[in-house]
This record gives sequence, structure tokens and C-alpha cells, in this order.
Amino acid sequence: MTQQINISQIKGRVTRNKIYKGIFILAISLAMLALATLLYRILSQGLGYLSIDFLKNYPAPYIEEAGIFAGLMGSVFMMCITAPVSIILGVSTALYLEEYATQNRFTRFIQVNVQNLAGIPSIVFGLLGLTLFVYLLAMGYTLIAGALTMSLLVLPVIVVASQEAIRSVPKEIREASIAMGATKWQTIWRIVLPASIPGIITGAILALSRAIGETAPPLIIVGAAAAIYTIPDSFLSKYTVMPIQIYSWTARPQEEWQFVAAAGIIVLLAILLCMNAVAVWIRNKFQKRY
Amino acid sequence: MTAANVFSIEDFNLWYGNDQALYHINMAVPRKEITAVIGPSGCGKSTLLKTLNRMIETIPIVNTSGIIKYNDNNIFEKKQMVEELRTHVGMVFQKPNPFPKSIYENVAYGPKIHGIKKKNVLDEIVEKSLRGAAIWDEVKDRLNQNAYGLSGGQQQRICIARCLAIEPDVILMDEPTSALDPISTLKIEELIKELKKDYTIIIVTHNMQQAARISDKTAFMLNGELVEFSDTDQIFSNPKDKRTEDYITGRFG
Repeated sequence: MTQQINISQIKGRVTRNKIYKGIFILAISLAMLALATLLYRILSQGLGYLSIDFLKNYPAPYIEEAGIFAGLMGSVFMMCITAPVSIILGVSTALYLEEYATQNRFTRFIQVNVQNLAGIPSIVFGLLGLTLFVYLLAMGYTLIAGALTMSLLVLPVIVVASQEAIRSVPKEIREASIAMGATKWQTIWRIVLPASIPGIITGAILALSRAIGETAPPLIIVGAAAAIYTIPDSFLSKYTVMPIQIYSWTARPQEEWQFVAAAGIIVLLAILLCMNAVAVWIRNKFQKRY
Repeated sequence: MTAANVFSIEDFNLWYGNDQALYHINMAVPRKEITAVIGPSGCGKSTLLKTLNRMIETIPIVNTSGIIKYNDNNIFEKKQMVEELRTHVGMVFQKPNPFPKSIYENVAYGPKIHGIKKKNVLDEIVEKSLRGAAIWDEVKDRLNQNAYGLSGGQQQRICIARCLAIEPDVILMDEPTSALDPISTLKIEELIKELKKDYTIIIVTHNMQQAARISDKTAFMLNGELVEFSDTDQIFSNPKDKRTEDYITGRFG
């Protein structure tokens, strides 16, 4: 057969190509539309209620005086505990699984289950936190119990992200280090970790920003309260966090509270955007070529 | 007290799991000479090289039998720490593998992990090593730049400098020029000949001309066996074994 080109066959392929492109554009348009609607609603309702006083005030029975300060500081303090605990535990776990554990069936079993843990509903972690921290370790309904519960929730995500970052460090540069008489730990500390830090930090920040927004179910269980009129002054303080504060406002009957909640959501979104921006910045700044 | 031979390999066998990769290797590597190991792909030459600094043990399924003596001490003895062995037996790899760090940090890495902290001592070692690897003039003005910005040939010389910085006794080279262009290859070959004055060099190479150009001794391996090992001139002009002759005349491999 010579170069006999089947015109109709080509036309068919080109048309199909266009159809698929159209489907994908439609998909992204729907997603963008949903996002735009959400943002428009939140901003149009909440912007008017957003003020410096709103950031500085404690929750109050009157709309003019209500503020998100307790929730904001609660979330910040919680992250101050959750971030170091989950990052140190998560990166250590990932290092063990990737660098030290012998690759056998048991290790693979653990790895698969760590990944499964990342998909478990957060309410389950809330129940675990209630049993383990609130009752068994007798911490009560305190900031530390909540923060540790959150650490458990984000831990699997951080482990998986760190594992991927560590795995992406080329074998060749580990060998170079080992071949010079470096111990495994020296190789990890001086070569593997610096090279994988961008991936680890990016993963950790994304996990933590998810945690800041998604705290409601597990934290309600371990006792974050909505009516808190102080900021935490110790690990054992009562506390609240932004999502719970927002939720409690949306549950009130008067319509105006919805607008206050919207203002709270704007603050939460702003914090999430900042955290994601930091993640992107770190990734770009430390990205290394191999 | 040092023996005439840097390495004496005695009836050495190696298995990857159940597959035997090296059979009854007997070989004595002379001091301050260049020993080339040639042979077709998969003949076990890289495996043998990586055994000499026990890098092969990073593959968990490897088993060995027999003795390899480095300066009269069996490297497989319990009291032999691999970290110590590897400071005497350095290695340069097939693909240039600098660390994602500055040129300075690459070369200073070895001394640092062995506990040298003083800046002026490190500076001195870095300069000496870069000069030793014949790359000082090319990089002296940009020691703080990332080593990835260099060409492949320059990267490989940085890797050689990095190896020199721990002042090894032996340098193992695993096809160090196979990823480089002809001009870079020539520079590395000249460097290797220069290094012979101070170091014992064992080089694995695919390239028979390279072995003929630079080495004093040549070992020919085939299917995990050491077929012939003698002076390079002898191997290339008057091989004793029929298989060696077939290989160097290009009849296979």
C-alpha cells in the first residue's frame, strides 16, 4: 500500500480531538463557575462586616460587637503545636520507611496503610483523639488534646508527601556520599534532607492548611467550644478555632449572622491563601535541578 | 608497613540472590599503577569494582565468599568499618554525580563529614583537590556557584576533586568517561595518568582503546570470570587466552 491517505479517517480523528478538548474546557468552566459563585457570595455578604474590630473582638451576642479573635488565635496556637509535632513525626516516619526499613512485604503493608490513613474521614480521628488524649491521657477538652488530634489527622498526608520528596532524591548522589565514607545519617542529614526539603515543606503546608479549614468534625468531638471569650494562655486552656466559630454563627436564626459568618470565612480564606502562597514560594526558592 | 599489592583478591565469588555474578576471582592489584578492567556488558567488571569499597553491599541481596585483602587486611572482617575502608578507597562513578550544592561545598563535603571544621583548612583542601583534578583554573572564580551549572566533563572532574579531598589511597573509577564527549574524555584520561603518581587507580571501561592508552595492567573479564590479567602491552599485543584475543580484535562484545 502506498501513501494512500484516508481523508475521512483523518477528519474523524480531528473532530474527536476537538470534542475531547471541548469536554475538558467544559469541566474546568464548571469548576471555575462554582468557585466564582462561592467567592462572590462570600465577598458580597461578608465584606461589609469585615473590619479591624471584627478581627480584634471576641464572640458577642450582638452583631456589631462579634469578632473572630478567639477563633483566629485558637487556630494559630493550635498550628504552633500541630505543625512541629506532625512535621517531626511525619518526616521521621518517612525517613525510616524510605531509608532504613528493609523493603519486604511488611514494609509495603505499612506503606499502603499509611496511604489508607490519609483517606480516613476526619471524624474517626476525632474519636481516636477523644479516647486517647481526652480520656486515656486525661488531658480533658484542652488545646493540647485538640492540637494532638489534629496532628494525627495530618500525619499520614505529611508522611506520604515526605516519602515522595525523599524518594525523588537521585540514588546517584546518595551513593556519592556513602562512597566517601559518610554514614547513613550523615548522608540523610547533609544530602537527602536538603534536597527534599522543598517537597516536604510544600506537602506539610498544604496538609496543615487543609487542617486549619477542615477542623470542625474532629475538634467538636475533642471539645473545641464556640463561646470562648479568652485566647488560650496555656496548653491546657479551653479553646476554639475559626471553623467552629464560623459554624456556630451560621447556626443562628437571624439572617445577619450569616453575614458575620461570611466575614469569618473571608478571614479563613485569606489565611489559607497565605499558607499556600508560602508553599509555592518555598518550592520555587529551593527547587533544585538534578 | 604496606604490602606491594594494594588489593589481593583470593578465590572471590559473588551472588545476586541465586545468580552467581563472579566466579573464583584471583587477582593482585599493584600499588600506584593504573589497572584497567575490560569486558563486555554484564561480565561483572562493575560488580568487582564496587566490591572493593563494599559499595556492592548497598544492594541487600548480595552474598559473597572468599577473601579480598586491602593492605593485608580482609575487608570483609567484622572489625573493618566500611566507613573507614571508603575513606581509603574512593570512587568516581559512571555518570557525573555532584551534589546539588556549590562547587566549594561539593569538594569540602568529604573533609567535613570526617570532622574537619576549620574554614582555612577546608579552603586549603578544596584548592589542593581542585588543582589535583585539573579544574582549579576553570572554577576558582565561581566556587560558590552550583556545580550543576558546569559541563558534564567539568562535573566529572569536580567529582574526582571531591574524591581527592578525602586523600584516598586508591581511586576506583566506574566507566568515568562513558557519559562524556571525546574532548572531555581526553582531559579525564590525561588527569588519570597524572593521578597515578600519587594514587592507585582501578578503572572499569567499555572502551578498549582507553584501557590501552592509559593503563599499566589490564584484566579481561567474561561471564563473571577473570579470563586474563597481565601487563596491558601483553594483553593487547599477545594475549594468551583465545577469548581475550577474540574480544580485543572485536570478534564479539
